[in-house]
Amino acid sequence: MSWLASPRTGGMAALIAVVAALPLVLTNNYFYEVAILVALNAIVCVGLNLLIGYAGQISLGHAGFFGLGAYGSAILTARFGWPSLAALATAIAAAGFLAYLIGRPILRLRGHYLAMATLGMGVIAAIVVATEDRLTGGPDGMPVPPLSLFGAQLSGEATWYWVVVALLVLAVWLSLNLIESPAGRALRALSGSEVAAEVVGIDSARQKVRVFVISAVYAAAAGSLTAHYSGFITPSKVSFFHSIELVTMVVFGGMASTFGAVVGAAVLTTLPQLLTAFKEYEMMALGAIMMGTMIFMPRGLVPTLAALAAALRARKEAP
Amino acid sequence: MSPELAQYLLSGITIGAIYALVALGFSIIFNASHVINFAQGEFVMIGGMTTVSLIGAGLPLPFAIVAAVAVAAGVGLAFEKFAVEPARGAPVVTLIIITIGASIFLRGLATLVWDKKLHALPAFSGHKPIEIAGAALLPQSLWVIGVTLAIVLALSWFFGRTLPGKAILATSHQRLAAQLVGINVRTVLFISFGLSAALGAIAGILIAPITLTSWDVGIMLGLKGFAAAVLGGLGSGAGAVLGGLVLGIAETLSAGYISSAYKDVIAFVLMLAVLFFMPRGLLGGRITERV
Repeated sequence: MSWLASPRTGGMAALIAVVAALPLVLTNNYFYEVAILVALNAIVCVGLNLLIGYAGQISLGHAGFFGLGAYGSAILTARFGWPSLAALATAIAAAGFLAYLIGRPILRLRGHYLAMATLGMGVIAAIVVATEDRLTGGPDGMPVPPLSLFGAQLSGEATWYWVVVALLVLAVWLSLNLIESPAGRALRALSGSEVAAEVVGIDSARQKVRVFVISAVYAAAAGSLTAHYSGFITPSKVSFFHSIELVTMVVFGGMASTFGAVVGAAVLTTLPQLLTAFKEYEMMALGAIMMGTMIFMPRGLVPTLAALAAALRARKEAP
Repeated sequence: MSPELAQYLLSGITIGAIYALVALGFSIIFNASHVINFAQGEFVMIGGMTTVSLIGAGLPLPFAIVAAVAVAAGVGLAFEKFAVEPARGAPVVTLIIITIGASIFLRGLATLVWDKKLHALPAFSGHKPIEIAGAALLPQSLWVIGVTLAIVLALSWFFGRTLPGKAILATSHQRLAAQLVGINVRTVLFISFGLSAALGAIAGILIAPITLTSWDVGIMLGLKGFAAAVLGGLGSGAGAVLGGLVLGIAETLSAGYISSAYKDVIAFVLMLAVLFFMPRGLLGGRITERV
């Protein structure tokens, strides 16, 4: 039964089973809405985890790419009348291209300096969105037309659910395959020691830029879909705070664990919905979760639980 | 010099002095612990907001200010004790997230303790502007510049002439060697957080009469102080002051001559330019990383 333990087979099977069974408990539109938002955030986190968890490069500005996807789609469809699929593809390509352009100078920096540079980029993006109100609607945000695929409008909570979870499964599948490929091994070597990786012949700059582009594309795709799904987009989705939320999901779920990223997105997207009665405590709770996770289980939820399960199993098998 | 330009320079130096104080806070903590404290801006907020409440409770201004600085320093010490100390030796990403978590926590706490409204602090000595080269200078600006200058002098005396100051400097250069000569590195870390929280609070109190204060004032001031610290060279005290002033002046000049909507962008554009072309900042030393 070793295939069950491998993320590429067992993990995928579990993910597919969960998303297929979930509609049984999604008894109303609100539950569907939460599930869709979870899946969209999970797509961003799976991409961000490749960058932070596997390649060891932090980004405090990924809401910028998310926002580029969201506002790209919104502006091209609402202001210029583009078909939504073309707008989506263009916005995603633009995010990937931007990541490619800024990737090289930015990823030369390490640790704190990289954190600052990505943060700076993200803050600039947020200010531009809030200021260019003729295009973006400014701080009030702007409405986004619905997504139509080949002439058919995508509507209804259930339809959206299946489209989004299909994309999530695809995103996870691509990520798992990338990690197991030579490129993935190269990335993990980078996060261990960049110099050692270069010594064994890994072009570290190229590898880092590539994973940066991939994570930007994931974020932009999810951003674009989120905008179409909610029908409205505000600058809060581009803010520094949103970048932090995304990083927290990745770190809470477990760095260097693709399913950890999905679990992190699920927990931290659902939690505020459960805590609406305690709305005023939401910020304090988020801050406390961030500090508590890092202090008490720095490896994140899923890897910590996995290590715990392995330890229990070992104790049972020992005579 | 046209009166317009003089006005921009004066406002630039005033706001730049505030950025310099926040940047000094970043540098002190970075030197002692190699942590970038993203919660630095919250100390600015706590300083301003606590002073406002204490004055509201009837305390005279000088007492309110001292008490508010003490409150902020206490929060800084508690933060070090309960959040930074337990995670010592953790990777950079972990430490960054802890300090960001602390800043969100403190901001959330502030909305509960106080509210989400803007609050004003009375100017320390009136509103009658002083005219210099055709430009109007608020007495509060003189307070900001004067206090910042005094703090910079006091800090350079502290780090250059006193034993605790030298101990902090020694720790920042070589932690292990400092430990070997008998410096209690943990105490140094503890003191650094208290000191830098106090600096942040002073900045928050000084600027509150000019720009108002509220629960979320720490976000932008913190980020800009941080940009100033990077601009001058992370960990360099003189660099922090220079970075703050350059940033403040660049900001008011661009607001005046280019676009006021984009004045907040300048700080980050300058920061990115420095990171890309001279990553150690204007006054940072050349460091080769050992493998």
